[in-house]
Parts: sequence; structure tokens; C-alpha cells
Amino acid sequence: MTVTDSLSHQSACATCPMNRHLERLGVNMEDWDYVVALAGNPNTGKSTVFNALTGLRQHTGNWPGKTVARAEGGFIYGDKRYKLVDLPGTYSLLAASVDEEIARDFILFGQPDVTVVVVDATRLERNLNLALQVLEITDKAVICLNLMDEAKRHGLTIDDRRLARDLGVPVIPTVARRGEGIRELIAMVHDVATGEVKPRPHRIPATQDDSLNRAVERLTGQIQAAFPGLPNARWVALRLLDGDAQIERAIRDGSLGDLSRGTEPQSVADRLMVAEVHA
Amino acid sequence: MSAQPAAADILKTAGNLRREVGDGFHDHLVEALYTDAAQIADRAVTRPDAPPRFDLDRAIDRLVTSRTWGFPIMVLLLTGVFWLTIQGANVPSQMLATLLLDTVHPALKDLGAALSFPWWLSGVLFDGAYLAMAWVVSVMLPPMAIFFPMFTLLEDFGYLPRVAFNLDRLFSRAGAHGKQALSMTMGFGCNAAGVVATRVIDSPRERLIAIITNNFAVCNGRWPTLIMVSTIFIGSAVPAALAGLVSALAVVGIAVLGVLLTFAVSWFLSRTMLKGEASVFSLELPPYRPPRILQTLYTSLIDRTIIVLWRAVTMSVPAGIAIWLISNVSLGGQSIAEHLVTGLDGFGWLLGLNGVILVAYIVAIPANEIIIPTVLMLTVLAAGLTGVGEGAGVMFEVESNTTIRDILNAGGWTTLTAVNLMLFSLIHNPCSTTILTIYNETKSKKWTAVATLLPLLLGFAVTLTTATLARALGLV
Amino acid sequence: MTHHTALAARTLADLQPGQAGTIAALHSTGPERRRLMDLGMVPGTRVVAEMHSPLGDPVAYRVRGALVALRAQQARLITLAEPATEVDPS
Repeated sequence: MTVTDSLSHQSACATCPMNRHLERLGVNMEDWDYVVALAGNPNTGKSTVFNALTGLRQHTGNWPGKTVARAEGGFIYGDKRYKLVDLPGTYSLLAASVDEEIARDFILFGQPDVTVVVVDATRLERNLNLALQVLEITDKAVICLNLMDEAKRHGLTIDDRRLARDLGVPVIPTVARRGEGIRELIAMVHDVATGEVKPRPHRIPATQDDSLNRAVERLTGQIQAAFPGLPNARWVALRLLDGDAQIERAIRDGSLGDLSRGTEPQSVADRLMVAEVHA
Repeated sequence: MSAQPAAADILKTAGNLRREVGDGFHDHLVEALYTDAAQIADRAVTRPDAPPRFDLDRAIDRLVTSRTWGFPIMVLLLTGVFWLTIQGANVPSQMLATLLLDTVHPALKDLGAALSFPWWLSGVLFDGAYLAMAWVVSVMLPPMAIFFPMFTLLEDFGYLPRVAFNLDRLFSRAGAHGKQALSMTMGFGCNAAGVVATRVIDSPRERLIAIITNNFAVCNGRWPTLIMVSTIFIGSAVPAALAGLVSALAVVGIAVLGVLLTFAVSWFLSRTMLKGEASVFSLELPPYRPPRILQTLYTSLIDRTIIVLWRAVTMSVPAGIAIWLISNVSLGGQSIAEHLVTGLDGFGWLLGLNGVILVAYIVAIPANEIIIPTVLMLTVLAAGLTGVGEGAGVMFEVESNTTIRDILNAGGWTTLTAVNLMLFSLIHNPCSTTILTIYNETKSKKWTAVATLLPLLLGFAVTLTTATLARALGLV
Repeated sequence: MTHHTALAARTLADLQPGQAGTIAALHSTGPERRRLMDLGMVPGTRVVAEMHSPLGDPVAYRVRGALVALRAQQARLITLAEPATEVDPS
């Protein structure tokens, strides 16, 4: 009996080394196969999307150690069980507030299998700020372009294909409160989670200032050398240059190192090998 | 581990680069993000060729924030919500009361007799626990089931942030945030819900101010007490033609006083206990969205019903048991209740109230709704009245206001008692559900204590003052 | 309409409803500055003052498609680059 066989009765997530981080963030992965994070600006219909995805299978609690509410739910697609975690609505992930810290920490350290960014079609430009930041942190993202009915009411036409091309990640138009587009969204989440669709997200171009850009490049290179396999070295560099204390701490105490090791090929066997190394 | 030196190197390089790059990094980063966002959005979004002839959303906004119409519309809408709640809840409340109190209660007592329950078991279970729960459900459920769905509709529509926008100037003068208007309005439905509603306020300092002062919004559970006392004592003091109007105005007056107190106490807190750096003001006005009326009403109705029922069971059942026990357990020839009433009578007199009221408020900490029935029951008990009520520890209410007045007069009530009771009803500690909610939201014993005791102490101070003044002026 | 000395820079607070301006610089610091920038108010951004509260303060500004309310004390710390232009109210 191979190692894989003996552990096949447990869900893939329960044995993943990332589970430790997830547990600390209060997410119990015992019965679930994939974890999906739901991010977005406040007032984008994110909770409507959440409800549309989870139906009645949800409950609210708090983020560990914080007085910020958290809604969790689940859905099943095909033969896989998806756990959906609703992140606080935030304008940005540059960690200026507790809400932003929570959202950022979850996407970065919790390493959800997919991050869905809910975007308001009527305020696209403003909403993209958060979306672009998410794309700097993780490759596995899907944009939920919600409130399409409102966009139509205001006479706006949104070329979601163009948007998907420019952003490098799938874009699913939805009218969450009518349930339109939700099936497509779930299907795409599944495809990204299972690796059938591999987004290649757009990274924000350099700033106006050349000396800044050089500094970013240099630091990124150093980080990549020290932590090969880290998908978001550039983002880490950006945060360090911005003086992000949490990221500094993560480097110092090695949790960033864990992330780089944990993002190697996702097959169950590989995850198990990594788990054995850590045991 | 080879990772460690590499980590230290990275941090060192980062530190050096940061010094070179200077403070402007954050600015450049955000600017780069938004420049990118603008370009991408520009390519993806097509606007109509000509601007629409009539922009409904903007027109609505102009109207609801206009100098002339903004406030009237706001007052009208909110008054409308309150009025619909009171009117709409009337019949269902009565129906529930008839069902739960006049039908099910006797049936339960019969059941108890049939099962040969000892008198005390039947008493504790049916007269204590069940009755309290039944009161809470029949008083609270209909108004909550009307108020909150309507409120949620306004919220979904997008109107509520405009209320915060309109009122912010008043709140900022008091050191608070315009969004406090929203939690305050919610508080008129239920203070626990009002406290939860303070989550929309980002700044912890301003959020605490909103939480602590939320209690001055007269919640649905306190309206019956105010209305009854006002009708019986205030209304009867004026010519019959004006009685209805005057008693209504008195209740409104209390509510308005509550709003004024909210501002005053907010101002006080922001100058003393919650003095701090001015917080970053942030208020976004989301676009208007046509609400899904039926769906919202349905979901909100279910949510609220469940919450009320939960509270009825967990909070009022213990209260009911306590009430029955203190009325039926005797020490030295008198029930505990009578001991308490006598013991607190002195302090009660000072406050222009009496021992019965104070004891009622103590046992009714879990639920303001049961104040009246408890007061009536205790008055009958303490005054040894016969022919009224259903026995010790059995809360009751009567149809006729005249009967109530007679009972209370026999208990020594005067107009001062009535007025001070209305004041105390406005200014006393939050109910236990609210206290629990405050703790859950703040996770701070200190602030929960402040939120609980501040209104209570203020209430003592106010009633003490009015009582002393009234007596000094020979009014009583 | 707007009264200010020739020397003082025009700020967001000087915009009347219907007027637009382009942000030149943010003079606030710390969390205030970050919040404004997160909302899209960076130098070069075009902002339209849409409406005043009935009590005069705050004012709602259209920024990158969203409507953001700012108090006068915040708006005074945001300087504008060019003379205000009228915006067709439709």
C-alpha cells in the first residue's frame, strides 16, 4: 500500500502543510477539498454572491482574535467540496486597517486554492485597484464582474473578454441577485482550483520613478534567490519597500519560507512528501 | 538553515533601499496601481455616446440631500417606518397575546394539573418561564418583523448612507461619525441590533461612542411601557379632547430627549473617556439599486423571527423563573419579592419612583417588555390587593386602562412616578441581550461595563434631580 | 462664488457642486492620506463635486466612478491643479 493510498480517505486539504496556516486562520478543512476566498470592495454585492454560492450552507462567526465577522459556507461541484470564506470588504490590501490585514493575511498565508474578486461593473476603475493587488499576490484568481444589470441600466457596456485578456485571469459577468452567471462562476472556480485553467495574471507595470523601479527589481531578485518557488516575490518586495511590518516579520520567522516551499507542484503525493519533511 | 542569513540579508537590503527611496514609495505604488486600473477600465468599458437625458440616480441624490427637501424627506421616511411599525404591530400583537396568554397558558396549566404537577412546578414552568417568554414574543415579534424588513429595504436601496451624509455635521460636532445616525435608528427597533449595526463605523473610537450611546434610542420593547404610562397618567391630566395628542407628544418627547442625550453623551465621551486622535472620516455613497422587495422582506422576516424567538427563550425564560421564585419563596413570613420591594422603597422614593419599579427593573434586565406585567403583579402583591391579578408571581396585564390606573394608584403612584418612570425607561442600563452583544462586539469587559453602567447612573441622576426639584417646588 | 486670496492654492473644498478639478497634491498624512489614496484620490485624478449635505458639510465627490463624501477639513488638504471647470449637470 502506498503512502497515497493510506491517506486517501482523508480529504486532500487535511494533509496539506498549508493546513497549519489555515487552522491558525480559523478554517477547518476536515471535510473539504478546496478552499475559495471571496474578496472585493465594500458594496459590490459580495454578500449576494456569497449567498448565491452557498445557499443556506453558511454560518457566521468571527476571525480568530478579532472582532470582525466572518461568513463561511460551502458548495459542491462535481464530486468536489468547496469551502468558501468571505473576506472583509476592503478597498485595498496594503494593510492600513484590521480588515485589510485579515484579507491580505488570508490570501497570502492561507493560500486559498482560488481567490474570487467581486467587482462592481458600475465602478470598475475603482474596484480594479483591489483586483490588481490580488493578482500580484496570487495566480489563482477569478474576477466576478457583478451588478451587470446595473451597468446596463446606466448604459455601460463592459467587454469582459477584453478585461480578461488585459488582466490575464478569467472574468465571469454575473447578476448575483438573480443568480445569473453563478453556474459559470462555480465552473470556472473549479477549473482554476483543479488546474485545468492556469491564469497568467497581469502584473502592474513599473512606477513613474526609475530609481524606484530599480530598487524593486533588485529586491525582487534577492527574494527570488532566497525563496525559489515563491510566486509573488515582486509583491513581497513592494511590501518591504513600503515598510510593511507584518511581511518583515514573516520573513524573519520563516513563514514566508514555508510559503515558497509549499507552492511546489500540487499533486497529492508531492504535498505528502512536503508534509513528511515538516513532520 | 540556509534560509536565515538570506532572510536577514533581504531585510537589510530592503531597509537600505527604503532609506534611499524615501517616503514617497507608497504614493508611487498607489499611483501606479490606479494608472493601470484606469487604462484597463478605459479599454473595457464603453459609455453611451450621449449622456442620458435624465439621470435618475443623480436626480434622487439631488433631492434627498437638497437644502429644502433633504431633511423633510428623511423625517418623513423615518417617521413613516415608525408609524407603520406601531400601527402594523397592534393587531398581530394582540392576536399573539390572545393565543399565547389567554389560550395556551390556561391549557398548559390544565395539562400540568392533569399530569399532577406539584403547584410549584406548574408555577415555575407555566407561570414563570412560559409567561415571560410569551410576553416577549407577543410584544416584540410583530414590531420587529415590520421594522427591520423595512429598514433592510432602505439599506438595500442605498438610501441609508445618504442619511449618514445628511446628519454627519451634527455628529462630527459631537465628536462622532455620521454613520452613528444609522446605528441609532436601528436602535429604535432593537438596541442589540443597533450595536451590531455600528460595524459600519470603521474607527474604533467612534464605534465605541456609537455603541455606548445606542441605549438612548428607545427600542421597541420600551414603547409599550412609555405609551401606557403616558396615556394613563399624562393624558388623564389634560382635558379629554387633548388626551390622545398630549400623551402621544409625551412619548415623542421622550424619544427626542433620547436623541438629544445621544449627542450630549457622545460629545461628553469624545472629550473625556474616548478622547483621542481624530479618526479618518470615510463615507462612500454607493449607487442606488432597485431592491428586491419580496425577497428582502422574506429573508429579513425569517431572520428577525428567529432572533426574537431565540432571545425569548434564552433571556426571558430565566427572568420568568426568577420572577416567579422571588414572588413565591418566602423568608420570615414574606416573599423575597416583598422584602426586596420594601428594601428598595427608600431609594425608590428618592428617585421619584418606588420599590416595585426598581425590583421590576432588576428582574427585567433580560427584557424590557415584561416591565409592565411585572410591575402590575408586584404592585398587587406588595399592596395586598385582592380581586386582581392571578396570584403571586403571575405576570398579567389588563385590557382596561382604568383598572391599571386603579391598581397603580393603590400602589401609591403619582404623576411624578409616571414621569420619572418614563425618564428611567429611557435612561437605564441596556437589556441583557444588548449587554451580551456589546461584549461580543467589543471583546472588552471595561467598555461593556461602561456601556451598562453609564446609562444607569445617568438615569439615577436624572430621576433624582427631577424628583428633588418637583418636591422642592411643591409640585408633588 | 469662491472667495480666496490670489496666493492660496485652490483646494477641493473650493469646488461648488457641478465643478470639477484635477488633484495636484495631498497634504494630509498618515492613515488619512492612505485612505484617500486607496479611494483613488492621487495626483492627476479628476474629481467632480456632486452635492453638498443640507447642513453644508460633508460634500460628495465623484472619484473614478464612485461617490465619496469628504468633510471640509479633509477637502481643504487636497490642492487642485487647474482652475475649476464647469461640468454639464446632466
